[in-house]
This record gives sequence, C-alpha cells and structure tokens, in this order.
Amino acid sequence: MIEKLAMYLALPFVRYALIVGVLISLCAALLGVTLVLKRFSFIGDGLSHVAFGAMAIATVLNVTNSMLFVLPVTAFCAILLLRLGQNAKINGDAAIAMLSVGALAVGYLLINLFSSSANLTGDVCSTLFGSTAILTITKSEVWLCVGLSAAVIIVFVLFYNKLFAITFDERFAKAVGTKTELLSLLLAVIIAVIIVLAMKLVGALLISALVVFPALSAMRVFKSFLSVTICSAVVSVSGALVGMVISVLAGTPVGATIVVVDLIVFGAFSLIGSVKGA
Amino acid sequence: MALLKCENVTLGYDGEALIKDLSFEVNPGDYLCIVGENGAGKSTLMRTLLGLQPPMSGKVELGEGLKHSELGWLPQQTPVQRDFPASVKEIVRSGCQNRGGFRAFYSKEDKQRSDAAMERMDITHLANRCYRELSGGQQQRVLLARALCAAERILLLDEPVAGLDPMATGELYAAIGELNREGMAIVMISHDVNTALRYATHILHLGGATFFGSKEDYMRSGGARRYLRRKEGGHK
Repeated sequence: MIEKLAMYLALPFVRYALIVGVLISLCAALLGVTLVLKRFSFIGDGLSHVAFGAMAIATVLNVTNSMLFVLPVTAFCAILLLRLGQNAKINGDAAIAMLSVGALAVGYLLINLFSSSANLTGDVCSTLFGSTAILTITKSEVWLCVGLSAAVIIVFVLFYNKLFAITFDERFAKAVGTKTELLSLLLAVIIAVIIVLAMKLVGALLISALVVFPALSAMRVFKSFLSVTICSAVVSVSGALVGMVISVLAGTPVGATIVVVDLIVFGAFSLIGSVKGA
Repeated sequence: MALLKCENVTLGYDGEALIKDLSFEVNPGDYLCIVGENGAGKSTLMRTLLGLQPPMSGKVELGEGLKHSELGWLPQQTPVQRDFPASVKEIVRSGCQNRGGFRAFYSKEDKQRSDAAMERMDITHLANRCYRELSGGQQQRVLLARALCAAERILLLDEPVAGLDPMATGELYAAIGELNREGMAIVMISHDVNTALRYATHILHLGGATFFGSKEDYMRSGGARRYLRRKEGGHK
C-alpha cells in the first residue's frame, strides 16, 4: 500500500491536489470558527450555490478563466448577505436560502439550455460534488490558490484580535470604535475567496462541511478562542490529507471522502468532550 | 464642563419619536440611574449616547476631552455569548481595542491594563477559565472588566443585574458602587428602582413625565411616588 502511495505521490497532479487541499482546508477552518459562532454556518452553502450559478454563466459565455468571473460575483453576494443579516427586512437565514436556491436553479437551467457538452449530468455532478476535479488542477491554478490562501492567512493573523472582538460582541466592538462594517466587508470577501477555491476540492454542495465540521469538533473539546482556532485548523488539515490519501488509494470521490473523515472526527471529539465534561 | 451632555435630544425609530426634547448631563463622579417603563426608550437612549444610533434631533456632546472609544459599556448579554468558547482573559483584553491606531496585536500596556481590570473586578483567579462555564454573576464581572479596559472615567451599564440571583445582584451592585467611589461616573439603566434610589446620585425618569435631577428632588416629585407605587403594586 505504501508503494502504491509513493507511486501516486510521484505524480505531479497528485502533489498539486495535496497542496491545494491542505491550503483550502486550513483557510476554511480558520474562518469557520467565526462563521459558526456568528450563526453564519449556512453562508458557505449559500455562497457555493451562487458560485455554481456564476460558473454556469461563465461556461455559457465561454469565459476562458472562469475564476475571474466567479470570484467577484460570489464576493458581491457575500457582501449582500452579510449586509442583509443586519437589515431586518429579510432575515439572514431566509436571505441565504433565497439566494442559494435561486442561484442553483438559474445555474442548472442555463447549463441545460446552452451547454454543448455531451455529458451534461456528469458536468453538473462534478461541479456539485467536486468528484475528481481536484486532480485536474493545473500549475497556474495551484499558484493562484497558494497566493490567495497566503493572503487569507495573513489577513486572518493581522486581524485576529479584531475578528475575535466582532465575533464575541459586535455592538461593543463598534461602540469602542472598531470599524465593524469594514471588517464585515473584509470577512465577506475572504469567505467568497475560500468558497471559490474550495469548490475545486469538495464541490459546491459539500463546502459547508469544510467550514463547519472542524470548528464544531474543536469546540467540543477546547475552551478558549485561540485553542479552538488552532485545533480547528489542525483537524481540518489532517482531515483533508487523510481524506485525499484514502480517496486516491481506494478510488473514492475526493470531496465526499474528506467530509466523511471530518464527520468521524466530529463524532470522536464529541465523545471526548462529553467524557471530559462528565 | 460635563463628561456627557444631552441637549434637546429627540430619539426614535422610523420617524416616530420615543423621547422628545430630552436634556441632561453627567458630571465626573455622578451615579445616574435611568428608570422607566419598558419601551420608554431607555436602551435607545443608551445606544445614542454610545454613538451607535444618531439622534433625530438635538445633540449629544462629550466633554473634558472624553473620546467615544473611552466610553465603557456593559451591554445586555446576547444568546451567542452564553455559549461562547473563549477564556476570560481573551474577553477582557478585547476591551483594549482601538487604543490608538491600528495594531494587530495587544501591546504590553494593553495586557497590564486588562490584568489590572481583572484585579479590580476580583476575577484574576478565573483568567484562564472558559466564559460559558462561569455563573451569571461572574460573567457580568468579566464584561465589566472588559468595559474597564476601554473606560477610565465613565461606565454605561444596561441592566447589569438582569437574570442574576439576589446574592450575585448584591455583589455586583457593591462592585459598581466601589468603582463609583473611586471616581468613575456611572450611567445605569435599571428596572430595580429601590436599588437605584439607594446608590444613585441622580435619576433620569423616562416615559410619561420625563424627570431629570438629583435623587432627593426625584423623591419629592409626584411622578416618582406614582411610579414607585405602581412598581410595588406590580410586584405583589
């Protein structure tokens, strides 16, 4: 089995996939803690559907580098959602549900009407579930992913204390002069970047898992924000690595395998948490 | 010059005024209690004092070189906070936000400041404990210590004892009274008129006949007697 693994690791596209997987899962986990605690768990799901819709439009319009189209559209919707969350006319969760289902429907409709692809169901399925998309990543996409991930991590570290403050108590932070609107905007853009990147890895439908599971697992056991954040990052990266290795060896779909690994880890952490608590 | 001054302020939502033409001021060392029925606009007033919501007309002024970032605020707890994985130290330090320009990390001075605030609130021994595992009274002390990190001269408290048992309530009032004796001006929204009358130097009564003045004047006014009687009746 180790020989088989070594053989796969010698292939450049497997190495690319591993690098991209580690970076994306790290970014998703870092932001996941804030999103879960701010009750925005489903924003990842909603935005990934938006990204799916945007991808469909890009395909129909024959945009060569779809990322350049999908990213701004997703970022725009992220800002819209976080803003709507503050505005009481439409509730935050209702707004997410609306946008998410709407974008999914429009995207699927467009692909059905205009796509010239012979394997339509396969295309849609791989966008939604990731399937083997991560193994087809090109070198330039790897560099793009490395750059964006580095940017996300740097911003996260620089704004860590401020993020904590607005996560714990946004009104207080605002009252003592933190620029909370600007931070929300920044958060929205970062989330959009992570979603668009993560679509390659686990597909549009499973992104929420990448954002939510590591944070929830960490919260079962750890009790300070810093330890939860670190644990969540470690859990997420190791889960992604293990998941990808299993999927390469056993030929299972990448995204679903990673999510199942995360699910098992969550179960284990819950058990540890309840034993510790008792 | 007063620390905080409201001049002919009108407050409300969507063009509808809750409070009309309100004027009052808070001087160093004052202990002002804001009392009144639910929906009289107490919390709205506090949000306006903090600069979170602009008044419909009139103006709120800070005096004696006080800056908005130096208003210490103890908000009411949110459901999110009750279940939040954070240590006491992390929460208290978050009160040191924006003490001058953009800094990614807390300075040594910030850390000393938050340590001192924890010492003052007698929660140093809880520094590494998890917030969600503390009792209600301890949680309020943590949030009060956070407010102290931001504030030197004035604290704004929004029903600080809501949901606390009588013992914790007494302890928290004593701690707030102690801060006031050390020179901190206190502005507190309270449902509990009796305690308000025990500790406060000034009373602001909202709803019906608005009253602002010293506690003694309030006791003599007809509005206070009526309000107190209604409150007593409500408790029986």
